[in-house]
Amino acid sequence: MSHDKTMTLTLHVWRQKGPKEPGKFETYEAKEVSPDQSFLEMLDEVNEDLIKAGKDPIAFDHDCREGICGMCSQVINGAPHGGMERTTVCQLHMRMFKDGDTIYIEPWRARAFPIVKDLVVDRGALDKIIQAGGYTSAHTGGVADGNAILVPKEVADYAMDAAECIGCGACVAGCPNGSAMLFTSAKVSQLAVLPQGEAEAARRVCAMTEELKAQGFGNCTNHYECQASCPKGIDVKFIAKLNREYLKALCK
Amino acid sequence: MQLLTSSVGRKVLMAITGQLMVLFVIIHMLGNSSIFIPGGINAYAEHLHALPPLVWGFRLVMLVAVAIHILFGVQLSLENRAANAETYAVKNLKRATLGSQSMLYTGLLLLAFIGYHLLQFTIRVTPDIVAGVDAQGRFDVFAMVTNSFSHGIIAFVYIAAMVVLFLHLSHGIQSFFQTMGWNNNKTLPVIGKIGTVAAVVLLLGYASIPLFIVSGILKG
Amino acid sequence: MILDGKCPTGPIEKTWDKHRFDMKLVNPANKRKYKILVVGTGLAGGAAAASLGELGYNVEAFCYQDSPRRAHSIAAQGGINAAKNYPNDGDSIYRLFYDTIKGGDFRAREADVWRLAQVSNNIIDQCVAQGVPFARDYAGYLDNRSFGGAQVSRTFYARGQTGQQLLLGAYSALARQIKAGTVKMFPRTEMLDLVVVDGEAKGITVRDMVTGEIRTHVGDAVVLCTGGYVNVFYLSTNAMGCSVTAAWKAHRKGAFFANPCYTQIHPTCIPQHGDKQSKLTLMSESLRNDGRCWVPKNKGDKRAPGEVPEEERDYYLERKYPSFGNLAPRDIASRAAKEQCDDDRGVGPGGRGVYLDFAASIKRLGEDTIRERYGNLFEMYEKITDENAYKVPMRIYPAPHYSMGGLWVDYNCESNVPGLFVLGEANFSVHGANRLGASALMQGLADGYFVIPYTIANYLAKTAPGKVKADNPECKKSVEDVNNNLKKLMSINGKKTVSEFHRELGKIMWENVGMARSEQSCKEALKKIPEIREEFWKNVKVAGSGAEFNQQLENANRVADFLEFAELLTRDALYRNESCGGHFRVEHQMPDGEAKRDDEKFCHAAAWEFKGVNAEPELHIEPLKFENVHLAIRSYK
Ligand SMILES: Cc1cc2nc3c(=O)[nH]c(=O)nc-3n(C[C@H](O)[C@H](O)[C@H](O)COP(=O)(O)OP(=O)(O)OC[C@H]3O[C@@H](n4cnc5c(N)ncnc54)[C@H](O)[C@@H]3O)c2cc1C
Ligand code: HEM
Ligand code: SF4
Ligand code: FES
Repeated sequence: MSHDKTMTLTLHVWRQKGPKEPGKFETYEAKEVSPDQSFLEMLDEVNEDLIKAGKDPIAFDHDCREGICGMCSQVINGAPHGGMERTTVCQLHMRMFKDGDTIYIEPWRARAFPIVKDLVVDRGALDKIIQAGGYTSAHTGGVADGNAILVPKEVADYAMDAAECIGCGACVAGCPNGSAMLFTSAKVSQLAVLPQGEAEAARRVCAMTEELKAQGFGNCTNHYECQASCPKGIDVKFIAKLNREYLKALCK
Repeated sequence: MQLLTSSVGRKVLMAITGQLMVLFVIIHMLGNSSIFIPGGINAYAEHLHALPPLVWGFRLVMLVAVAIHILFGVQLSLENRAANAETYAVKNLKRATLGSQSMLYTGLLLLAFIGYHLLQFTIRVTPDIVAGVDAQGRFDVFAMVTNSFSHGIIAFVYIAAMVVLFLHLSHGIQSFFQTMGWNNNKTLPVIGKIGTVAAVVLLLGYASIPLFIVSGILKG
Repeated sequence: MILDGKCPTGPIEKTWDKHRFDMKLVNPANKRKYKILVVGTGLAGGAAAASLGELGYNVEAFCYQDSPRRAHSIAAQGGINAAKNYPNDGDSIYRLFYDTIKGGDFRAREADVWRLAQVSNNIIDQCVAQGVPFARDYAGYLDNRSFGGAQVSRTFYARGQTGQQLLLGAYSALARQIKAGTVKMFPRTEMLDLVVVDGEAKGITVRDMVTGEIRTHVGDAVVLCTGGYVNVFYLSTNAMGCSVTAAWKAHRKGAFFANPCYTQIHPTCIPQHGDKQSKLTLMSESLRNDGRCWVPKNKGDKRAPGEVPEEERDYYLERKYPSFGNLAPRDIASRAAKEQCDDDRGVGPGGRGVYLDFAASIKRLGEDTIRERYGNLFEMYEKITDENAYKVPMRIYPAPHYSMGGLWVDYNCESNVPGLFVLGEANFSVHGANRLGASALMQGLADGYFVIPYTIANYLAKTAPGKVKADNPECKKSVEDVNNNLKKLMSINGKKTVSEFHRELGKIMWENVGMARSEQSCKEALKKIPEIREEFWKNVKVAGSGAEFNQQLENANRVADFLEFAELLTRDALYRNESCGGHFRVEHQMPDGEAKRDDEKFCHAAAWEFKGVNAEPELHIEPLKFENVHLAIRSYK
């Protein structure tokens, strides 16, 4: 319930005007922070002060603020999304900090995610990976009845576990290799186990992993940092599944 | 072709070649352990060299494996570095290990060590080598090894190299299963433990030899 | 003017098939010559862009997020309706049609609703084919659950993330077309004006949100799928970026805005924690199945809930609606909560909340059962409030959630401006004065996959491709207007931030035109809104420049539109001198607090025509005819 105490925090925030400009940390003080506020609401307040002081507010991506759209993207003290299990930045609450804490806030860093401004990065490369094959080629209309092909619960659940990915890119940000393997594998696995996606499984896995490389993502070396960074707890078992699908595809 | 260029393909080749080397180091360790049986290691060496085609075939496979492993290891590592050029001001890694982060370095150290090791005990050109024959007229591997390892510095290099190997394999063995796709959320932690145990066994198995010799427990 | 919805006539169950046959087609070879601009890539826009691209049209699609996968459709939790009747419990197209008309309190067009019910089944098939992992049973059949306002189990779902999965399905279909080159995607691009040439919609003017570039895209038709407008209340369950801007700009260019006062307030949201809060979070309505709503009997009682003895608790829903109790319909439950808080008996910070207590259910069923049913919701609640709802009662409060009103469209989803089509939450068509749960997702996908591909052809077939070129003076003028508007915003350099204005507006709207409205409160709001608007244009402060990534500028522009739109919403609420569905005028209620319609005077859609910012809009009326479902008092007892 409501805590009456408020906190004062020191923020070191990455500021960068544009993709090609040099960036650096600026220090701000966040005052009268309520523990019930969300992290983004805390930043909102810092921004209000900056605007009033005639300074450029901190740019950061956000939209739903419910942990589902995947827009918010900040590395807080070295941890994508702040490091609380299964939590996005927008769901992070200030009660996890203590009065007087120092917080470093940085953007996702990876070659495939150029910085747009401050904490905002361009994640278009993830869309490109999906465009390479992250779909079934079902035409609008003219498909079979939803119950025509049975999908046992276990399979549907497995697909759903993978499909929970919100495409935020934290896995890339957290990966020491800047690899998007967890993201890619989640989509590959979801569609590979469902009968509706099986027909294109081989083509899909090859095309998507090719695109992963073409977009400048690194290769997976099984650090498993991605899973630790993922706000949806997407499991690295899907990467093993991708590897399996890949080997199967090569044999074909 | 995709096997040689793609992200997953090259990883798979690395995993297979790495695993071949693991198999080799296991066999090699078992062979080496015969040093603890009087006369054992000399007999083992003699048997081994009695079959030159086998030895050379084996060496060829290992050479190719090492070459592929190094080539892709270095290539992939460089790509990964480029993909993640800027690092965070504050680091906060949760699951990566010392082993997983230092694969390229431990790998290159191992390469250097392999070179040294071959020059020393296979080609036998380093100054510490004593080449003689034993009572049965066989090449005296035992004397050569005990002599070399009685130099503290050489024993130390070997023990250090084995620690490096341990680091490499503490990540590498479990990584192999993941790369080959033989993994899921239930097997992952188990395989992780097995990998670590295997790496420890190899460390102890190998390091015991120079350790016992330099400490004077095993005497020439 | 009396508006014509252009509904086909004849037996209702034949209307859509007949209409499809009557409509003109575009020759396959000619399709690629037509360029269609789809604004918004949520369920409606994503499905539309993908389907139109697949048909061979040359499509350009726009969204303000960095990827089409992030539209606010992603946040829908509960599920999507369809008349499949898989459970064999008596569902049918007719029943879904009937429930939707009745749920909307008889303020929607029959033919549109029929079509929605008819294509609902195709939607499920389509999504399954795309690989949407709907919940299934062990044998592999699709699973259903029941949802408010229906006595049958017709809701399909994917865990608590149905909207996400459906959107990702549409997004993947869109991705396939982007790859195929039929759709060109423009993310981080916001529509700031509609270009109308010779009375027809032929382009849009957008701002590239990364570079700040203002440019016009011309096309042969424009399809708006830009979502709802309840962020006019500032705090709502909508995403931060949801705005009325696209719809409002179209309205300013001649498109009629219908029934803006129809807004839905959802009863079970997590209450506001303080005045710095930025948005509200919805908790599934299903919680009311096992939770009991109460407040302390005594005013201003500040004791912890556990210290309030049973006899000093007022289980107000059970008291007021003995037969329905805690399961009273959405609008009634919402208003009842507000009444308690207005009476100084609210709980939690600011006294704006009521308890939803699970203690009795936990005692009866055990904590494990409750955990099984609602575990994820309790977890989410704890994340936000730091309270364990197994131990202390939850606090809930109603929040703005959905807009039934929107741009006026005819049966073809075409607005009164030829060539301008409006789909999804942005139009006014099927939900009448109140939307039933799990029906918005259905509408978005119905419009996008199965309506627009046919109806747009009927328009395009009558117009030559490429009629308007980028150098048209209207385009130049539009770019200039947008530029001037943004420059003006940047140049004011006043003292108050955009959020301060938005908050202020939201407060006025919530208090006067929120859950309960009266002639007096509407008039009050109509007095205050122009005042804030005036102050806004004198005293707002927007930092940075227009030629860069500038979130303040984006917001300022959206709030500027809300400040104009709010007045229209209020005017409509004042005009509609009846209560119906989500629109509740305190002057018109049944003895039990149910909305009291006035079918004599208001059985119509009110569509407003823009006449200038400080001028009164002109009202146009589309009478509603009920030939298949008889006008009746909506009752759930
Ligand atoms: C928390 C929550 C839960 C819900 N749960 C359910 C449920 O269980 N079942 C159900 O049926 N419904 C539910 N709804 C309602 C439903 O989700 C929405 O009504 C529906 O998804 C709207 O879809 P849409 O495509 O019309 O708009 P949106 O998904 O909102 O998409 C709008 C699109 O327009 C774009 N856009 C907006 N303005 C501009 C502009 N100016 N320029 C360019 N692009 C622009 C956006 O980028 C976005 O792509 C819920 C809603 C909320 C908020
Ligand atoms: C000769 C020099 C060597 C170099 C340069 C080298 C380098 C590397 C590199 C860079 C990796 C990839 C890192 C990763 O995937 O996490 C790797 C993986 C591996 N290495 Fe080596 N290594 C060498 C020797 C060895 C030896 C001697 C062995 C075995 C005894 C070995 C076994 C493995 C294994 C099993 C893997 C894991 C493959 C996988 O990830 O699936 N390596 N090596
Ligand atoms: S796998 Fe997890 S971290 Fe990666 S994009 Fe998906 S949700 Fe984000
Ligand atoms: S803002 Fe949508 S996930 Fe955080």
